[in-house]
Amino acid sequence: MRRVATLYRSTVGKKILMALSGLLLFLFIIGHMLGNLKVFEGPDAFNAYAEGIRTFGYPFLPEYGFLWLARLVLLGAVGLHILAAVQLWQRSRGARARKYRKETNLSFSYASRTMRWGGVLIFLFVVYHILHMTTGQAHPDFVYGDVYANFIIGFQSPLVVGFYLVAQVALCLHLYHGIWSMTQSVGATHPKYDRMRRPVAGVFATGIFIGFIIPPMAVLLGLLS
Amino acid sequence: MRLTLHVWRQSDARDPGRFETYEANDISESMSFLDMLDLVNERLTEDGKEPIAFDHDCREGICGSCGMMINGVPHGPKTMTTACQLHMRSFSDGDEIWIEPWRAQAFPVIRDLVVSRDPFDRIIESGGYVSVRTGSAPDAHTIPVEKQAADEAMDAAVCIGCGACVAACPNASAMLFTAAKVAHLALMPQGAPERYDRVLSMVETHDEEGFGNCTNHGACEVACPKGISVDYIAQLNRDLFRATLSSRPANEAKE
Amino acid sequence: MELNARIPAGPIEQKWDRHRFEMKLVNPANKRKFDVIVVGTGLAGAAAAATMGELGYRVRAFTFHDSPRRAHSIAAQGGINAAKNYQGDGDSVFRLFHDTVKGGDFRSREANVYRLAQLSLNIIDQAVAQGVPFAREYGGLLANRSFGGAQVSRTFYARGQTGQQLLLGAYQALQRQIHAGAVEMHTRQEMLDVVVADGRARGIVTRDLLTGKVESHSADAVVLATGGYSNVFFLSTNAKLCNVTATWRAHKRGAGFANPCFTQIHPTCIPQSGEYQSKLTLMSESLRNDGRIWVPKAKGDKRPAHQIPDDERDYYLERLYPSFGNLTPRDIASRRAKEMVDAGHGIGPMENGVYLDFRDAIRRMGKEAVSERYGNLFAMYEKITGDDPYEVPMRIYPAPHYTMGGLWVDYNLMSTVPGLFVIGEANFSDHGANRLGASALMQGLADGYFVIPLTIGDYLSQLPDGNGDAAAAFKDVEKEVRDRTDRLLSARGSRTVDSFHMELGRLMWDLCGMERTEEGLKDALERIPKLREEFWREVRVPGSGESFNQSLEKAGRVADFLEFAELMCHDALQRDESCGAHYRREHTTEEGEAKRNDEEFTHVSVWEHRGGDEAPREHREELDFEHVPLSQRSYK
Repeated sequence: MRRVATLYRSTVGKKILMALSGLLLFLFIIGHMLGNLKVFEGPDAFNAYAEGIRTFGYPFLPEYGFLWLARLVLLGAVGLHILAAVQLWQRSRGARARKYRKETNLSFSYASRTMRWGGVLIFLFVVYHILHMTTGQAHPDFVYGDVYANFIIGFQSPLVVGFYLVAQVALCLHLYHGIWSMTQSVGATHPKYDRMRRPVAGVFATGIFIGFIIPPMAVLLGLLS
Repeated sequence: MRLTLHVWRQSDARDPGRFETYEANDISESMSFLDMLDLVNERLTEDGKEPIAFDHDCREGICGSCGMMINGVPHGPKTMTTACQLHMRSFSDGDEIWIEPWRAQAFPVIRDLVVSRDPFDRIIESGGYVSVRTGSAPDAHTIPVEKQAADEAMDAAVCIGCGACVAACPNASAMLFTAAKVAHLALMPQGAPERYDRVLSMVETHDEEGFGNCTNHGACEVACPKGISVDYIAQLNRDLFRATLSSRPANEAKE
Repeated sequence: MELNARIPAGPIEQKWDRHRFEMKLVNPANKRKFDVIVVGTGLAGAAAAATMGELGYRVRAFTFHDSPRRAHSIAAQGGINAAKNYQGDGDSVFRLFHDTVKGGDFRSREANVYRLAQLSLNIIDQAVAQGVPFAREYGGLLANRSFGGAQVSRTFYARGQTGQQLLLGAYQALQRQIHAGAVEMHTRQEMLDVVVADGRARGIVTRDLLTGKVESHSADAVVLATGGYSNVFFLSTNAKLCNVTATWRAHKRGAGFANPCFTQIHPTCIPQSGEYQSKLTLMSESLRNDGRIWVPKAKGDKRPAHQIPDDERDYYLERLYPSFGNLTPRDIASRRAKEMVDAGHGIGPMENGVYLDFRDAIRRMGKEAVSERYGNLFAMYEKITGDDPYEVPMRIYPAPHYTMGGLWVDYNLMSTVPGLFVIGEANFSDHGANRLGASALMQGLADGYFVIPLTIGDYLSQLPDGNGDAAAAFKDVEKEVRDRTDRLLSARGSRTVDSFHMELGRLMWDLCGMERTEEGLKDALERIPKLREEFWREVRVPGSGESFNQSLEKAGRVADFLEFAELMCHDALQRDESCGAHYRREHTTEEGEAKRNDEEFTHVSVWEHRGGDEAPREHREELDFEHVPLSQRSYK
């Protein structure tokens, strides 16, 4: 028991928690991005895909069972991710009460320094995004079930796409450091391939960034309607 | 050359401390940074003032005594170099230099630039060794060690315990210091029997001492005068994870 | 002062074994009744404290550093010798013993050296078991190199940081005992005196460097492991804080000081670059394997090195010693360099060095091969001097490095004060007049891990019951320590401590350094007391005695150097011969080499302190060489 308790209480344990919840969210993001790209297959295919998620596993599961299960798991992951982040942040604030007069940041990258504020931005974006695309309160003309139309209409405004872009940049940076950091925290390292960890994180982060911005840009440029 | 120094002065742990400014004239570029401070101190003493206190000893970059923030960078601008091996040719005439002690709750200031690094000793004390009685060792050649493992262990074992990693870390974490010792011993067959207990105890002590947590910034690796890699922290994380899952009983004395 | 070396009887190979059997043991249950104090926590001190704690003694260890890991043992680069014969090249315990006695120029004690060679085997086993990451071959076994001109490969190493890794091994063993409650560690505490009562060492008096508090610590035995005194020269390769205070204080309380004039000069250090330089940096001797040493033939030649053609260069070591060339022993290489500089051939901005040139090595083996062997040393050189040794030759000059002299000890490592033991560089025993490369680490660890933990038992088991009360003696010594501190603080003169230390250092280097003469030593003996008197009158020590005060610490140490320097000159003057590192210009062979006088000087000079203005009194321990016949070194 000592060991489990130590792991949970320890800063390393919290990092591992952060890494594992992050991994779950990362997998979700990959799925979400691939799903978004289906918008290029046209309204029918896209709507059918959305309906497919809602009724996944039916009739073995209740009609929206999978969807809610997934939502709960994701919500849990977000919760743990944020909880661990807040606890670690509090701890490190206590570890250096007096700041340096002259500070030069030596961190590996801009990405690592912006994890906290980037995370907050991403969280705010997610809240907006749910109100925008899932529940519709922030959508000018929301029609439940017509995902394709909601998508096209939702991205007509340059302002919305602009905010979306900013959030994607934050996500990209968050992932660039996060993916590398995840391997670091769980110790998924290998002397031979350690040098590959950063480039691989970069490829994933950039890929996801591009995958996410193509559809809204296409809408804005009138390629999709 | 002529320099302007802003040096942190603090008479003891209770004193709130302040910066004081000194002009350092006739500094030659062949001087080391600590030679330069020696000279400033000689002049302060001649003027009837108290010299600047700073820890130092070997002055060849191996004892780990010296350490100060020089313009916001541990040990100053040159990479892989301790303050004692930093030479004034890295600065130019008219430069302003800010000199501060390591800042971390776990490293209270003793005086001026001198801090207590006792927590490092306590981290080692909690498990940074192989339990072997003097005189009980078998012949050295009965324990072959893969060359690569010995080299990697040495890369970690070069740590000089100066505290630059803590000073550089935005979270004042001592994880690089802890990981270097954990990895050094874990990579050698001699360290294997105590591997899991060691990592559990050392991380526990690290946290109890009030160091912050590692959030994978990597500033420690950049600041480390011996170039110790954060890959060793990944290895520590993995060992701790494995130690938690290990079926072997943890040291009973510590349960 | 009685000098009984207590060398066990019997054949030399059996002395240590027999002695271990004959020594009285302390009952395991009784061990925890004995208090032992260890002062200094370098290789010898940390090893001793850890091992005695493990055996069950109640140990208290003291260091003036913030952690035992800072001790200067950490700076040893090259390696550690052991007669393992892992290379199968004909090494043996006897050969290591033989080489060490001969290298010490026949001024060491055979029995001690033989034991050292025997224990060298156990040291490597112990260090490997602790996890010291020694260099390995691809097969997983230990790698060796040949070092300092030895004809066999017996040196074990961990890159260029062997001292660091061995010290960390001992430090970790010590931390383990601290954790177990067997050793109580006192950091940032400086020993300022030894307390002797009823003719035995009873404890020490320390100053807490953080609070200035003067405290007494009593014990059944005291072990000094406080290192050497090369800093008497101010500029040396020693760490800045290395000092003679602990051994000097013990000397003043009755411990005989042996051969203080045996100080080793290391030939390959970076020359001084300016007036305010605080220390000299050593470059590993291995550089001489491939570098060629030369100076310009013309005096005061200011041309850059690459503009000086070969026929205008003097490769003087190759010229004088055709068979050994650049690999002549430390003392010879050092002396020849000094002669060249003194004769006006010095190079560099201060004309105070000789070239160590890798041009030909780079041409022969290629830059890559050179970098593989010496890359880290070249980088260190460039860091310090700003010159790139691949392009311009290195500049080197000898510097004080190690002191073979120290407190006299018997075979049990006990000084002339019963209950006061001395180990490591602080004692005199094993290196004679000159130490071989890679032998310092060996001696420190042999003393600490394997000798003192056993021999101290012999003393403790014979302690009379009911120790007499020493409270009065502690009180007196405490008062003396406080008075001395007050005196330093109240001088209120105009000169800094360092200015005195620098002046003393220059004087010692000129008159009692690499080359000594009767005339110079007599001059030094006149000037040192004057300087000392001026110090006490003119020194300015800022700050108070009740807080962290580095100037005050320094002042106390320099005050002791100012007394000790005089003893060193007495010893150098009295030893009217040249041997090993001690070179008296009057005693030179026709070829210009050191000329030993075995008739009159095959002995250890042990000095007794007499206090006041009385000159120290010399006692002698005669040395016998039964196993290594006396012979003259020749490197032609």
